[in-house]
Amino acid sequence: MEKLKLKFFCFAVTVMTALMNVSPVFAENAPDIAASTKPWWVWPLILLFFCFILGIVAVMAGVGGGVLYVPLVSGFFPFHIDFVRGVGLMVALAGALAAGPGLLRRNLANLRLALPVALIASTFAIIGALLGLYLSKLDPNIIQTCLGFTITGIACLLLFSKNSEKPVVTKQDAISLALGFGGAYWDDGAKEIVEWKTHRSVIGMLLFIVIGLMAGMFGLGAGWANVPVLNLLMGSPMKIAVGTSKFLLSITDTSAAWIYLNKGCVIPLIAVPSIVGLMLGSLVGVRLLAIAKPKMIRMMVIGVLFFAGLKAIDKGLGLGIIG
Amino acid sequence: MTTKDDPRLQPPPEQIIYANILTFGVGACLAMMVTFYCLYVFGAIEPHVSFELLTSNWGKGVHEYLQITNTPDGWGWLYLLRKGDFLNYVGFGLLALLTNLCFVVLLIGYIKRRDWVYAAISLTEIIVLTLAASGIFGTGGH
Repeated sequence: MEKLKLKFFCFAVTVMTALMNVSPVFAENAPDIAASTKPWWVWPLILLFFCFILGIVAVMAGVGGGVLYVPLVSGFFPFHIDFVRGVGLMVALAGALAAGPGLLRRNLANLRLALPVALIASTFAIIGALLGLYLSKLDPNIIQTCLGFTITGIACLLLFSKNSEKPVVTKQDAISLALGFGGAYWDDGAKEIVEWKTHRSVIGMLLFIVIGLMAGMFGLGAGWANVPVLNLLMGSPMKIAVGTSKFLLSITDTSAAWIYLNKGCVIPLIAVPSIVGLMLGSLVGVRLLAIAKPKMIRMMVIGVLFFAGLKAIDKGLGLGIIG
Repeated sequence: MTTKDDPRLQPPPEQIIYANILTFGVGACLAMMVTFYCLYVFGAIEPHVSFELLTSNWGKGVHEYLQITNTPDGWGWLYLLRKGDFLNYVGFGLLALLTNLCFVVLLIGYIKRRDWVYAAISLTEIIVLTLAASGIFGTGGH
């Protein structure tokens, strides 16, 4: 059974790579192909399958769906980047809302920590979304290039950052103390209660301005940025940082998603198969996680992100070197 | 007490209500999305933008797309709920409204506990999300 699961995963990765590299469906000038040769119903089916595989890979690599969805779909599908960012936010939002109940019930998402930073991030996500749509109206290549640099930066961040399971916080700062940033959670591995608190709140909150702007501008979700700030900078334990980050996304992405929804950037024919595919893929990914080698998968995803980032830069600058 | 039953590990009541709203809300929204989507793609309800027009224009920027397809922005979709494609917006809209609803629960919980700082944060978040949803910032693009 385990061999079968492993084979299925290898098959999934192979198919995704093949789809990205071989099929003319994902060629650079795909809009023309879409308009001329493919019947409309092919696209939702391809998207459902692609997002299902993406969901599996995202869970196994420990990244959010949005961060893979936006660069890959904007790079290899014929949709304009405005629609990809709009749907990317809906995908990230649906995933975050679905994960919320479990995290809240197990106290792994800390409301006291999440609420103030969510307020900052969600406010600036609105500004980011408006800025992104304005830049896209001026010239979509600006957004494509910025997205490319951001994705390449995220790949570097994932490659070089070292998370800390339980950071040592000797002294809380005044804001952390006043807002009650701290708590306790049950560590199943060590069979003990872990008490925690945070520090460096001001710098952390300032960074959430940047995180909000980027989440709104690129429709990426922002787990990749939330976790290092909450864990490495503010000193919350890894489990709390991951849980709080996921919960936080449900608030940040809501505000940005409304901007894209109101602007008409969410096309149902694209959005529903993307959301459903990624959610189903995540469910399968969680089951495969037990037998997979996360390190190898993580490296593979970092490689895919580097490729997608460089392709976006190439496309944005019109170099034509990749693909 | 150093077990899972330790009172320090128990989430506050409003956190549980928040989780319950999300559980029910996300499930209902997803079910709605899939149902409406099936009605749309299988042709049970006629769409506002035909599939051919949609696929030949989704490579264009949103401003141009809205003009070509005569699609409204903001809450204009409410007037087109009889159309298969716009019916799907009910699911998207409700999904995006869930967080607002949950924050109202949090606000009530914090007011009851006289935690004025977090009540103020919750209220401000409700205002921010409502402004985002209102379309004040997000419309008028074409």
